[in-house]
Amino acid sequence: MAPILELRSLRAFYGQSEVVHGIDVAVEEGGMTVLLGANGAGKTTTLRALCGMVRREGQILFAGKELHRRSTEEIASLGVGHVPEGRGTFVGLTVEENLRLGGYTKQRQLPEAVERMYGYFPILAQRRRQQAGALSGGEQQMLAIARALMMAPRLLVLDEPSFGLAPRVVESIFAIVERIRREEHVSVLLVEQNASLALELADHAYLIETGYVVASGSAKGLANDPQIRRSYLGY
Amino acid sequence: MHQFLQQIFSGLAAGSIYASLALALVMIYRATDLVNFAQGEMAMFSTYIAWTLVNAGLPFWLAFLITLAASFLGGMIIERVVIRPVENAPVLAAVVVTIGLLLIFNSVAGWIYSYTVQDFPSPFPDRPVFGALMTTRDLGVIGVTLLMLVLLFAFFRYTPIGLAMRAAAQNPASARLCGIRVGRMLAIGWGLAAMIGATAGVMVAPVLFLDPNMMGGVLIYAFAGALLGGITSPIGAVVGGLIVGVTENLVGTYLIASQLKLTVAFALIILVLVFRPNGLFGTAIVRRV
Repeated sequence: MAPILELRSLRAFYGQSEVVHGIDVAVEEGGMTVLLGANGAGKTTTLRALCGMVRREGQILFAGKELHRRSTEEIASLGVGHVPEGRGTFVGLTVEENLRLGGYTKQRQLPEAVERMYGYFPILAQRRRQQAGALSGGEQQMLAIARALMMAPRLLVLDEPSFGLAPRVVESIFAIVERIRREEHVSVLLVEQNASLALELADHAYLIETGYVVASGSAKGLANDPQIRRSYLGY
Repeated sequence: MHQFLQQIFSGLAAGSIYASLALALVMIYRATDLVNFAQGEMAMFSTYIAWTLVNAGLPFWLAFLITLAASFLGGMIIERVVIRPVENAPVLAAVVVTIGLLLIFNSVAGWIYSYTVQDFPSPFPDRPVFGALMTTRDLGVIGVTLLMLVLLFAFFRYTPIGLAMRAAAQNPASARLCGIRVGRMLAIGWGLAAMIGATAGVMVAPVLFLDPNMMGGVLIYAFAGALLGGITSPIGAVVGGLIVGVTENLVGTYLIASQLKLTVAFALIILVLVFRPNGLFGTAIVRRV
């Protein structure tokens, strides 16, 4: 299958300093790719570079289009739904307003899309009039994912959806992501600290250290690699 | 008692003008973390546009509508040309830019229209109503500003662009990820603020008479109103502006010479900053360092 997203020798910068040093990453159409690595390895920066939130060089091919020169808002409307680090919720707005903002570029399908999200995340339907800031961490993560899905993206970018959440909540969130991936035919690029869970769900994995890809391959292959098991899986 | 109520109502009329300008200040502050010191002079300039159109023989309300449209456009252009280059500059730099704008508008208006004080027509007749408690002119001013405020709140509450503007003000990075063009939202915000200011200017001009320094005092009252309501709260700006209008009028009538009324605004600003910096409706801004 052809990849929906290809990063080719992508470099990313914070100000003058280069943080990501020319990495190659691909996400298969309909697949799930995970980026693993320690804190500060450059995983989040890679995602931010993909969406034009930091200065970047190199090629970013998404669904046959070059994203390198495009702005964040353009990339979003082309079909990249990005759930950023820290969830990026509009905490002062209601749950429903957050969802409507997610569908900003798809105003016509808005009502159905909102209802579809309430189908995936019934808890959000109960909280629709509440301020997003009043939700629990898990509910906010669900809202962030639902908001990104509102634009009917072809690629869903998730930056550590498990961050700060109880294991049971994490499991339920990943179960829903898995279901959505099948039903909405959306590909997923995931950054995750919980390596064992991520490798279980993903088909491809990349291990990033200090801005370089140091290992890559099928998720199963990486899960069985003795060195990765020692460093990242802890057994 | 009758005089007391009269003063309250005429205070409300003045207050609705302060409330409008305060709201314009709050809108800009929320969107760009910036106090626009030029808001009053922009409004003054808009009022001159209306004055020119009326003098050219246009009916008042048509001139008013054209002025609103021109102000909206002008506000957007100012954001694009003058404010955007200092968007990421330290806040003090941006504040100095708005002070520069204040001086430029003031001088340009003086240059084009001279500093001579001009009569400005009121669209409302001046008759006492409700047993002489208020005049039709006050009623008209309150009516027009309230209508504008209601329309504005409806715009922010119920339209996709209004929602997108609130989102862009609250969390620009996330707004971009939703496909919202944050730069355009800021420009629209400046346009709307200029439009609100234009309404305030046109409504206050028949009372204060038109000259390039007309809005100086009004801007101070509007600041007091915005701070009293909490500089981050649109509702607060409106309530604060009305309170300032009534207070100023009552204090000027009963306590001090009306020439000293502006002191009330400054005293209020200082009191709010000392005792309740978040204002009545504002929220404390917590920054992690």
